[in-house]
Amino acid sequence: MNQFTKKFLASAMLGTLLAFSAHAATLNIHNGGDPQSLDPQKLSGDWENRIAGDIFEGLVTEDAKDNPVPGQAESWTISPDGKVYTFKLRDGIKWSDGQPVTAGDFVFAFQRLVDPKNAADYAYLQFTIKNAEKINKGEITDLSQLGVKAIDDKTLEITLENPTPYFLNALMHYTAYPLPKHVVEAKDQDWVKIGNIVTNGPYKPVEWVPGSHVTTVKNDQWYGAKDLKIDGAKFFVLEDQEAALKRYRAGEFDILTDFPTDQYEWMKKNLPGQAHVAPFSGLYYYVVNSQKPPFSDKRVRQALSMAINREVIGPQILGTGELPAYSWVPPGTANYGEPAYVSWKDLPYKDKVAEAKKLLTEAGFGPDKPLHAVLSYNTNDNHKRIAVAIASMWKPLGVDVELVNAETKVHYDQMQRGQVEIGRAGWLADYNDPDNFLNLLVTGVQMNYGRWSNPDYDKLIKDGNAETDLKKRAEIFKKAEQLALDESAALPIYYYVSKNVVSPKVEGFVDNIQDIHRTRWLSMKE
Amino acid sequence: MIKYALRRLLSTIPVMWIAVTASFFVLRLAPGGPFDGERPLPPVILKNLAAHYNLDKPLIQQYLLYVGDLLKGDLGPSFSSEDFSVAQQIMIGLPYTFTIGTAAFLLAILVGVTVGCLGALYQNKTPDYILGSLILIGVVLPNFLIAPILQLIFGIHLAWFPVGGWGDGSLKFLVLPIIVLALPHAGRISRITRGSMIEVMNQNFIRTAKAKGIGPRLTVMRHALKPALMPVVSYLGPAASYLLTGSLVVESIFGLPGIGRYFVNAALNRDYGMVLGTVIFYMVLIVFLNLLVDIAYAWLDPKVRNR
Repeated sequence: MNQFTKKFLASAMLGTLLAFSAHAATLNIHNGGDPQSLDPQKLSGDWENRIAGDIFEGLVTEDAKDNPVPGQAESWTISPDGKVYTFKLRDGIKWSDGQPVTAGDFVFAFQRLVDPKNAADYAYLQFTIKNAEKINKGEITDLSQLGVKAIDDKTLEITLENPTPYFLNALMHYTAYPLPKHVVEAKDQDWVKIGNIVTNGPYKPVEWVPGSHVTTVKNDQWYGAKDLKIDGAKFFVLEDQEAALKRYRAGEFDILTDFPTDQYEWMKKNLPGQAHVAPFSGLYYYVVNSQKPPFSDKRVRQALSMAINREVIGPQILGTGELPAYSWVPPGTANYGEPAYVSWKDLPYKDKVAEAKKLLTEAGFGPDKPLHAVLSYNTNDNHKRIAVAIASMWKPLGVDVELVNAETKVHYDQMQRGQVEIGRAGWLADYNDPDNFLNLLVTGVQMNYGRWSNPDYDKLIKDGNAETDLKKRAEIFKKAEQLALDESAALPIYYYVSKNVVSPKVEGFVDNIQDIHRTRWLSMKE
Repeated sequence: MIKYALRRLLSTIPVMWIAVTASFFVLRLAPGGPFDGERPLPPVILKNLAAHYNLDKPLIQQYLLYVGDLLKGDLGPSFSSEDFSVAQQIMIGLPYTFTIGTAAFLLAILVGVTVGCLGALYQNKTPDYILGSLILIGVVLPNFLIAPILQLIFGIHLAWFPVGGWGDGSLKFLVLPIIVLALPHAGRISRITRGSMIEVMNQNFIRTAKAKGIGPRLTVMRHALKPALMPVVSYLGPAASYLLTGSLVVESIFGLPGIGRYFVNAALNRDYGMVLGTVIFYMVLIVFLNLLVDIAYAWLDPKVRNR
């Protein structure tokens, strides 16, 4: 028997053993895509976050409602100027191999994250830490200049560039997880392979079959292990949502993390109470190339925005009831309160269309001179349905729309190069704060695909981020948001919803705005 | 025979080289890169990633580096799955693809040849019509349509088999994907067998066998089957290649971690290393399978053997 056959048989046997040993409380989760890695500094997708957040834990972690609660740190203090955070680590916290988790492991992880040679995709999420950005851009080469210091094994001090009200939220992100310095240094890139990897979260990975699943089991070294109701989870790779729903119906999955929208009505009737559709911190929008005439004309952008009948998109086109978006920051975002809205939000739709026609006429377009627009979107049935619907909504204005679809990679490549006139985009919040959305419209930011630029807006965002008083900060941000909306910087369409299907056997699943549901808060009925 | 096989193998090297070279350059010319996505990466990170994967070097140098590694047997890193190299991923996916593909292949031959022979024996009689109609369903309906139907009937309503997944690799998990994969080939094999068998049964040596008083079943088994299988064997090469390389839809619908899925995902993600790796793997596989078919053909036909 060769090595390869042995490995194959061994993995099959391990699967069987795990299936039997943990049958009663193993959670089977349909997780969508294949994780790129188990290394938290190499991730970028929500499907990867689901696994990473179960097997690692940061200083701060999420409760069932996604509020920040103490994780590896039992407490923290913040300096009066809001720039220095001092964390006290819990007593007796350990990696899954029994080694202690120390403040040094956090320092090591943060330094590794911002070290440009590691090319961590999401390093910029921790740029609020002193010198993080300069190190990441290669302007500072001494990693010890990073504002993360171990005072002793149990005390960690983080110094920020500016006071950042959302910093505790940012620490819940996987970019802030500690790494086992002793293993990473010993195994280098292989530290993350099954058999080598050690973790500090409630669970630890024991099996990963690319294209199939990742299996986790309870990490007995975790401080709260005795309270865990679920023994482990299997995160299944399956991007075909129809097939996933069938497997759920057959009892093979306990949780679906997405479902085909056209099945929602059927589910409401046949799987009552199991489909969870909840507000999600994300915005679906169209960018308009503000550098290219006639789209550089604010009146053209506003006319296009006003003529979108947002009320029909969620309930009728998508079928899952996504709420119409008239603001840039989704309602319910932390540190903000009620967002700013477009001034014409509450006009009857026919009045919006009439006003849009007037604006386009003023801009020099009409029946004799129709506006030609190319609308680009990445290949996806829902994007296509929405694009077709919006094209038909623009038709009465005399807008002649050419629809172009492309694969995601090609679409975003073209968006970044400024090669689209109107393009579909979406943004899911990385952390719960208005800055995460407002930053998308700042001049020169890569995600500012429409290349809208306004110095007043840029200044307001900068001022807001320097403000320590949360109330004043929200007011400044709201002025910026109102400015962007008045200028029709981009066209918000709807706020995303999270779409989960949860078996009645699963308890403790709480809908929340970030759609984060850690296994540690869940339990299963016998 | 060995010389013949070696000559065949050597003759495929230039073809494989051309295919690798063409794939390499076509991939690089396709719009969109491996690191493009909904969230653009900061330039400094992109620069580091490009350097890590040699993408910052001139294209021709990238090509020479790749070919150099390939000659050393290294398929390189995967761009979208950092924890596994291309070779490791192929080795992980191979047992799944191979198990399903081989089982479907054998099932297709067994069902196809049996149904084809029965069709020939009962030519233009009721069993021929019934079997012919049933097998036609398998040929005509695409597997992305059959699979959900079988999942609904046998997975959800009757709950005889799991709807998907590999589970522990036991037979109950494999039944539906194997049937879905085998059906179209079983259909084609049965039609080829039936036609060929009817032709053979009308030949003089069969008439002689019948005149000697040998029963129809024995005539088929002893005299007609071997020559009737010649066209079937010709079909088996492409069929085996298809079953082992074209199981993408089945792997996707049933959530099986085989190689077919890697290929398409890699192409969509512009994972240059993985696409090239799977192209090379499939090429080698197809060459090997075609060689096996040639050997089987030679075994069945003495004229080929003595050539």
